[in-house]
Order: sequence, then structure tokens, then C-alpha cells
Amino acid sequence: MDNLFNRKYIIQGLFIVVALILIGQLFYIQVASDRYFLSANSNVLRKKYTFPARGVILDRNNKVMVQNEPVYDLMVTPNLVKPFDTLELCRIIGIDMKGFHKRFNKARSQSLYQRSVFEKQLSVQTYAALQERLSRFIGFETQNRTVRHYPDSVAGQFFGYVKEVSEKDIDESDGYYRPGDYIGKSGIEREYNDVLRGERGVENTIYNARNVPQGSYLEGKRDTLAVSGETLVSSLDIEMQKLGEELLKNKVGSIVAIEPATGEVLAFVSSPTYDPNLMVGRQQGNNYMDIFRSPNRPFTVRPVSGYYSPGSAFKPVDDLIALQEGVIDPNTTFNCPGGYWAGNHLVRCEHVDGPISMRRGLARSCNTYACYVFQKLMTQSKFKSKTAAYDSWAAKVRKFGLGSKLDLDMPFERKGRLFTSEEYTKRFGKYWGYTTVISLAIGQGEMSATPLQMANIMAIIANRGYYIKPHLIKGIGEKKEVKKEYLIKNYVGIDLPHFEPVIDGMQDAVNAPYGTARESAIPNILFCGKTGTVQNPHGKNHSVFIGFAPRDNPKIAIAVIVENAGFGGSYAAPIASYLTEKYLTGKLSGNRIERAEWMKKQVILPEIPKPKAKFVPKPTDSTGKILTVPVPAANTVTSKPAATKPVTVKPATIKPPIQTTR
Amino acid sequence: MSTQQGSRFFFNVDWITILIYVALCTIGFVNIYASIYNPDTSSLFNFGSNYGKQLIYIITGLILGFSILLLDAKFFSVFSPIVYGITMLLLMAVLVVGRNVGGNQAWISLGGGFRLQPSELAKFGTALLVARYVGNFNPKFRDIKSIFIVALIIIFPLFLIMLQPDTGSGLVFLAFMFPLYREGLSGYFLLIFLGMIVLFIADFLVPLYILIPIILAVGGFFIYQNKRKQKIMISIVMATIIAIAYLFVVKLAYEKVLEPHQRIRIEIMLGLKSDPKGAGYNVIQSKIAIGSGQLTGRGFLEGTQTKYGYVPEQSTDFIFSTIGEEWGFIGCTVVISLYIFMLLRIINLAERQRSAFSRVYGYCVASIIFFHVFINIGMTIGIIPVIGIPLPFISYGGSSLWSFTVLLFIFLKLDSNRMGFI
Repeated sequence: MDNLFNRKYIIQGLFIVVALILIGQLFYIQVASDRYFLSANSNVLRKKYTFPARGVILDRNNKVMVQNEPVYDLMVTPNLVKPFDTLELCRIIGIDMKGFHKRFNKARSQSLYQRSVFEKQLSVQTYAALQERLSRFIGFETQNRTVRHYPDSVAGQFFGYVKEVSEKDIDESDGYYRPGDYIGKSGIEREYNDVLRGERGVENTIYNARNVPQGSYLEGKRDTLAVSGETLVSSLDIEMQKLGEELLKNKVGSIVAIEPATGEVLAFVSSPTYDPNLMVGRQQGNNYMDIFRSPNRPFTVRPVSGYYSPGSAFKPVDDLIALQEGVIDPNTTFNCPGGYWAGNHLVRCEHVDGPISMRRGLARSCNTYACYVFQKLMTQSKFKSKTAAYDSWAAKVRKFGLGSKLDLDMPFERKGRLFTSEEYTKRFGKYWGYTTVISLAIGQGEMSATPLQMANIMAIIANRGYYIKPHLIKGIGEKKEVKKEYLIKNYVGIDLPHFEPVIDGMQDAVNAPYGTARESAIPNILFCGKTGTVQNPHGKNHSVFIGFAPRDNPKIAIAVIVENAGFGGSYAAPIASYLTEKYLTGKLSGNRIERAEWMKKQVILPEIPKPKAKFVPKPTDSTGKILTVPVPAANTVTSKPAATKPVTVKPATIKPPIQTTR
Repeated sequence: MSTQQGSRFFFNVDWITILIYVALCTIGFVNIYASIYNPDTSSLFNFGSNYGKQLIYIITGLILGFSILLLDAKFFSVFSPIVYGITMLLLMAVLVVGRNVGGNQAWISLGGGFRLQPSELAKFGTALLVARYVGNFNPKFRDIKSIFIVALIIIFPLFLIMLQPDTGSGLVFLAFMFPLYREGLSGYFLLIFLGMIVLFIADFLVPLYILIPIILAVGGFFIYQNKRKQKIMISIVMATIIAIAYLFVVKLAYEKVLEPHQRIRIEIMLGLKSDPKGAGYNVIQSKIAIGSGQLTGRGFLEGTQTKYGYVPEQSTDFIFSTIGEEWGFIGCTVVISLYIFMLLRIINLAERQRSAFSRVYGYCVASIIFFHVFINIGMTIGIIPVIGIPLPFISYGGSSLWSFTVLLFIFLKLDSNRMGFI
């Protein structure tokens, strides 16, 4: 009996073991894992989202540049769908039966009980037709959305575009985004996405096991209304932007105009451009590919990512630095015999002027003068070595914003290029000097700037010594808040008195009879500027002009680049003058209207590269050892023995678009 | 001694067990209320609703229980064959006149909305007769004859219940293994039983070409261990052969005997199939409800899965999911602890009986309750296939509550009379 009595413990032990097994499993599903907790919520909660309208963008005169248009997503809840006339639905929304089944099966595979998108972005007209019959299509409903509309069809690269979020966006948003949300993918829409997007509204409804709504969750405490995005006030002048795009039509290039006193960007043209309305709606994907594939890359935002050597447009900066350093004064003259011998190669001038001073040197864009100034800067006795001299010079140039980002409120800005002495040493070895890098004197060689940086240099000179960070959005929201960084003056380290002599030269460049851009003078306004004709190793020279106006109390600083258009005075300068006059006076005067129309009609597109070119493009570097001499006027390329090849910075002659007396 | 009893009915009654019983009934009522609770129409005392009815069942159950305490303890021993006989007659009757509810012909309608489930009564009918047989003959189960007789007593009602068919209630009769083991049945029977379950599960999860070599290896190992003892060797060889044969019989029986819905339930439990919208729906929803309770539960009447009807049969077989959701891991642990405390208590009480009849009956009660609790909770948390048996004292339903009450209170009566002779 004793033996059997012990069996009591075996039985009791078994009970306890089984109880522990049960408790163990309970611990796993209740405490250790939250999988079931989440499943429970997804069982009962259905979230219905309302989508906010994105913020409106205004131009500087409060004209609407972007607004929102209603569209309608057709939604379907698969388990609620009752048999209906599918053909009729297909006809209304313009799809075929195959498409219908594809969409329906997709919705069904997502969820039987949750609604999902059946067809996106139906227009108001389609919606009206659908609305009449929607009661017959049980299980279908519509959901309001808004899409962008650009009334003027301009400034595509400025706006960028809005697209449905990708898987990646959702993953990176820490749960903010859900499939079907929109996000700014480029341009202002991307940069200011957080401000523009607004807040999604949500309505939590509890459903019972039979999928019948049981009222709102927690009495609606978690429900929110959609909040529209903030309004942005852009600094752009839409009329000027429009004119700028027209003037650059059928050309490749870029225009940036800045209000010097505020750093506000007035025009932001990148050509070729595209109609931003193409990047909206059901055809977005197809249009995207069309634009993407079209020549000269319309999606490239040239004002911030185009690299151009500034060419002669750089000369005023170098002169300012020289004045500040005291190596020259405004009356210093150098002899120009038609070129400057840097070691064994010649930097040619387009003219023979003899003794030439700063004012005339800038007006006539004298390369010899510029090279002498550069030589003076590089050979100052205070520097122990050439690298110290170069680095000191480069640091002063960098203060003008070259070689680093200006932090424009636009994605994908590039910083331009300016070598350090180490980089030169790496390229040329130990033995290099100012003659090796003499191209820098005329803004060529290892110097690239974006159009934005060039315009900013003009703003610095217009302000006589400082700039405010250029920006495209000058006010955010109801209060039109301005970012604090856009109120700070960034000084470039040049004293005020040094500016007037340089500006004298720039005034003459446009207004003197011997100036390089004299056809671009604006009646009754003192327009100051500097042409540049930029050597382009890949083809014809680029036409560059930077300028500002009026001379006193300047209202606009502008940079224009027209690729492959040759002489700076022929295309870039007139375009800049038309825009400047239009901005300052609201119109063009005299025959300048016809000249602007003529300009709009010009077609200057890069030649499609031929399989066998007459010359093989080679990078032009400061040594000048490998150089090609494009002669834009003749539109041919000649090649000469390498040893004696001169650097041709500016072609001798060019046929200007409007022939005036020279 | 009998005079003392006559004047003081509740003398020596184990109030601790009664307290746990009342606690479990109360937990049942609260959770049935929560299961049926509808935020729109709620009044606590609506006797037309299920929780109102359950309150009546609890009160009448208590009356029934205390009435049993008034009976003479000798009554149960003396009349046990008659009680057994009546319940067997009812089990046979239900096959003829029973009402078919949910595929099982298990209910006899009594009129007035009440109905009787004879399989519930058969549990204590059988328990009484098993106790009587052991108490009278003290068989020790060393001989084939006594095993055969006791097996007959148990298998007869099991067979009748399987005809309904009500597998769940039938399985509960396996609980009689424990009292028989306590009274001397060889531990091998329990081991064989355990082995059968393991082989049954292994049969589904492991392919035969792996399983058979394993069995042969184990058999070979034991033969090697006992190579000198010829008699044992023969039984090992026999056991190995039977084990392998069993695998095939199981496969065959599984295909031919089990109903499709039973097959699916087993496959879902073993994780061979998942069918969230169909047969697996109950278990998945029950697990979601219980799991969503987390540590402390969502609170009384706050369970969303419970309130919005995601768990089917929630007030009856799946009542534990309400406890899990609204009272969390802590609540579940308390309920399981109450059961275990009650079971250990009953066994301790049984061991202090002077008569074998009372002791065996006590073990029967503990084992039957244990089986119900284990199978029911195990099924709601997905470690046992869905077998429709109620959770004792907690699940909604008069038949179940009353039969457990009678089962328990008979034992309490016997215990209060433990000093007397039966």
C-alpha cells in the first residue's frame, strides 16, 4: 500500500507539469510575443485616410504658380462587391476587361476586407460620369485626392515633381508614409516636402467579426482631420521666368537672376525644359520616360548642377583680389601686344591695345591684362613659395562662393571646382608655377562654376562686398517666415573702395563703344556686366554673360550661359539685357522687342556627335600642351602642331545676331 | 457517529474546495457576461440572456450541491450500479430520441427550453461504479480479469458516446487511467498510453522510412540490455512489432475512421495545415484574443475581440479566450492555479479516506476535471486539436455546470463522512 500511496505524487506531479506547460504557452503568446496583440488590432480597426492638399506655391508677386486640382481614386473593398455590369464600369473609367480583372485581383490579393485603390486619379469629368452610376457598383467608392496643376507651364526643374511614395520612401520614413501617399521627388517639391505635404487625416473605425462598423475607436480621440500643406512664397518673378524660358528656347543653357540685396532668386531657367504639367496624373510614368530620353537631358537642373568655366567673367573677381592685395591700383597699366607669353605658350588677345588699364581691360576683356594681374598676385614677395601664393589666392576666390555649395534650397546642388595646390602638385609634379596655371587668370582651366555661383558673384559685386545666401523660397506659411540664414550678410573680404574701379570697367563693357557687350546696353539704365566666351573641349564655345543693374542701388544680378553659342556678347549678353530690362521696367524698349523675338527663334543645339570627328576632344588644361582651337565663326575646327598651339580664349570675330556698328 | 451526522449535515465538509468552486463559478459568470456584453444593450440582470441563465444555473447548482450534502453517504455506494445503469440507458436513448446539435446527437430535450446531455451524467455514473468495483473487490489489477471488468465499465459508455459521435466527451473517459493507476494498475499502461500518443503525433510529422528504423533501433537496444532474460526479450520483440503495426493502423484509421473536420483539426494543431478562414479560424481567433491580453489584460468589458464577436462559441468552449483577453497572463495564471489547487486538494482529501470507494471516487473527480481543463485550455491556445468540451465550472451551460457540481459535491459528501463506513 505504501508503494501505491507514492503514486499520488506522480499524479499530482503530472497535474503540475501540465499546468506549467499551459502557463508556458500562455506566457509565450501573451507576454513574449506581441504578434497577437497586433493581429487583434488589425482585426477590429479599419483606418480611413483623408489626404491633404499640398501647399500652394506663389511667385514673388503673389501670383499662383502651383495649385491643386481635385482628382478621384476609385477604391474597392473586394468582399463587399456584388455582381454588377463590369463592362459599364470599364467603359466609364476607360479600361478593358483584362485590365479590370488585373486590378480586381490585385486588390483582392492585398486584402479582402480593406479597401484598396482600383484606379488612380480619375479626372473630374470621369468622376462626374461615374458618380451617377456608383450606386450600382456596390463595394466601389471614390476618394478625393488632389494633384498639382501649373497654370503657366513653366519652371519644370524649379518645381520638380510629386510622385507616389516608393517602397524605399516608406521604409525610410519610420512609418510616416503609407502606400498611396505622395512625396516630392525633386526640386522645390522635394526640398520643402515636409512643409508642403500637410498632415494626413485618419478616421479609426471599429468593425465587428461580420465586418459591420461599430463606431469610432476611443470615441474618435485618435481621429484627425487632414491639414493642408503650408503656402510657400517663391522669390521667382513668373513673368521674367517665362521670358527667360522663351529666350532660351531651342538652346541649351541656364539663367539665374538674383536680387542682390536679399539673395532672392528672381529667375531660375534651365534649358531645355519641360512642362511640369506632364509630370502629373495618370500619364506621369510615360511622360517621365519620354522626357528622360529626350536629348540634352531636360531633367538636369543646370543652374545648380551645370559646370561651366566662368571664362572672362571671372576677371572682375581677380581684379578685385589684386586691388585688395595692393599689387595693382586702378591706374596700373600693362602693355598688350595682342597676347601674353606664359613660358613658351601664348595667351592670345583679340586685339592689340598697347598700354591698357583696368577699366579698359575689363571693357575689352583683355586677356593680357588679366594674365599680368594674375602674375602679380602669384609672385608677391610676401609668399615663401608658389603653393603658398596659390593657396592664398584660391582662398580669396573661394570666398566669392566658388568651389563650394551655396546651399540653395534645391536638391542636388553641386559645388563647382577649384583646385588646391596639392591637387596641382599631384597633377603636374613638384615643378609648376603661375605660368602653368595661367588659364585661371581668364577663368579657364581647373575652374568650374555653376550658373548660380556666377550670378552670386555678380550679386557680390552689385552689393559691393557681400552676398546673402541665394534662395528660391522667401516665405513659408501664413506668416511668410524667412529662414534666419537668409538674413546674414556674407562678406568676401574686399574693401568697399575697390569695387568702383572694377564696376567702371564692367559699365564700359556694356556701355562704352569699345565694350564687348555694347549691343546689350539698356536705354536709360546703367547695366554693368562682363562677357565670357568659354572654351569647351566638347564642341563650340559657350556664351557667358554676368551682369547687374542699375549701377547704383542694383536691383538685379544675372548670369546667363548659352551652351555652344560662341562669343559671350552675342547670345548671353543680349538675353541678360532683355531680362534685366523686363524686370526693371516691366517692358522692352524700342526695337529691343523685335530683337528679343529674333532671339527666341534662334536654334542653337549641340551637334549630335559624329562617329568620326575631325578632332578628338581632349581636356584642355592649364599647360596648354594639348589644345584645340575651335573657331566658332567659321564653325570649323583646325588643328595645328601641338608645340605652338596658342590658347584662344576669345574668337577674333563673330557675327552677332544683330549687326550693329562695332 | 451517524447521529452526529444526522444533526449536523455540513460537519466536516471541506469548505476550501467549496470556496474554490464558488470562485470558479463567479469567474465563469463574469466572463460569460463579458462575452455576451453588447455596448448598446446592456443590463446586468436580464434572465433571458445567457449570463442571466448562467446565474440561475449557478444558484440551482449550489442548491443541488448542498442537497447532495444532505443525503446519506451510503446512498452513493449502494446505488452506484443503478445510477450507472440509468446513465447508460440515457446514453442509448439519446441515440434514438436525441436532438442533433452541431453534428452530434448528444442532447435530450426536456421541454421548457431545457435539455439534458447524458454524456455529462455518464461521467459521474461511471466514476461511481468504478469506485464501487474497486472498493468492493480491491482488485489491484494484477490479473487480466479485473482489468477486463473495469475496462468494460469504462469502455461501454465511451463506446456509446463515440456513436453520437462526440469524440471530446469520449476522450474524457481516458481520465479513469489515473485512479486505476493509483489502485495498482501497472505503470506500463500509462507508458504505453503515452507512447501511443507520441507515436501518433510522430506518425504525421516524421516519414515512415525514418520512424521505423528508430523504433527498430530502440527495440534492439532493449534486447541488447536484456539479452540474458529470454522472457523479457520476447515481450520487447512483440512490443516493437506492435509499435510498427500501430503506425500503419493509425494511418489507416486516420483516413477511414476520422471525420474530415477532425482530420483537419489534428493537422492544424500539428502545424501541417493552416486554414485561417476555415477550420483553423476558431483557434487563430482564440489565440489572437488571448495573446492580445498581454500581461495584465485589456480590462473587464474592454476586450475588442470579445466585444465584437471575433471568437466563435466564446461563452461555451472558448470562454478561456475572454479570460485571456480581458484579464491577461495574470488572470490566466490565477485561473489555472485555482484549478491546480483544487485538484491537488481533492487528491489530498481522497488519500485521507478510510474507504477505498471514497478514495477512488476522489481520484476519478480530480482526473475528469483535469482532463477537461487541460484539453479545453490547451485547445484555446493551440497546443491541442479543437475538441469541443467545456471548461469545468466556467463555461456557459446548465448540463455541464450541474454535472460537475454533482460530481464534486458527491465527493465532498463522501469526504465529510470519511470517518464513517460505507
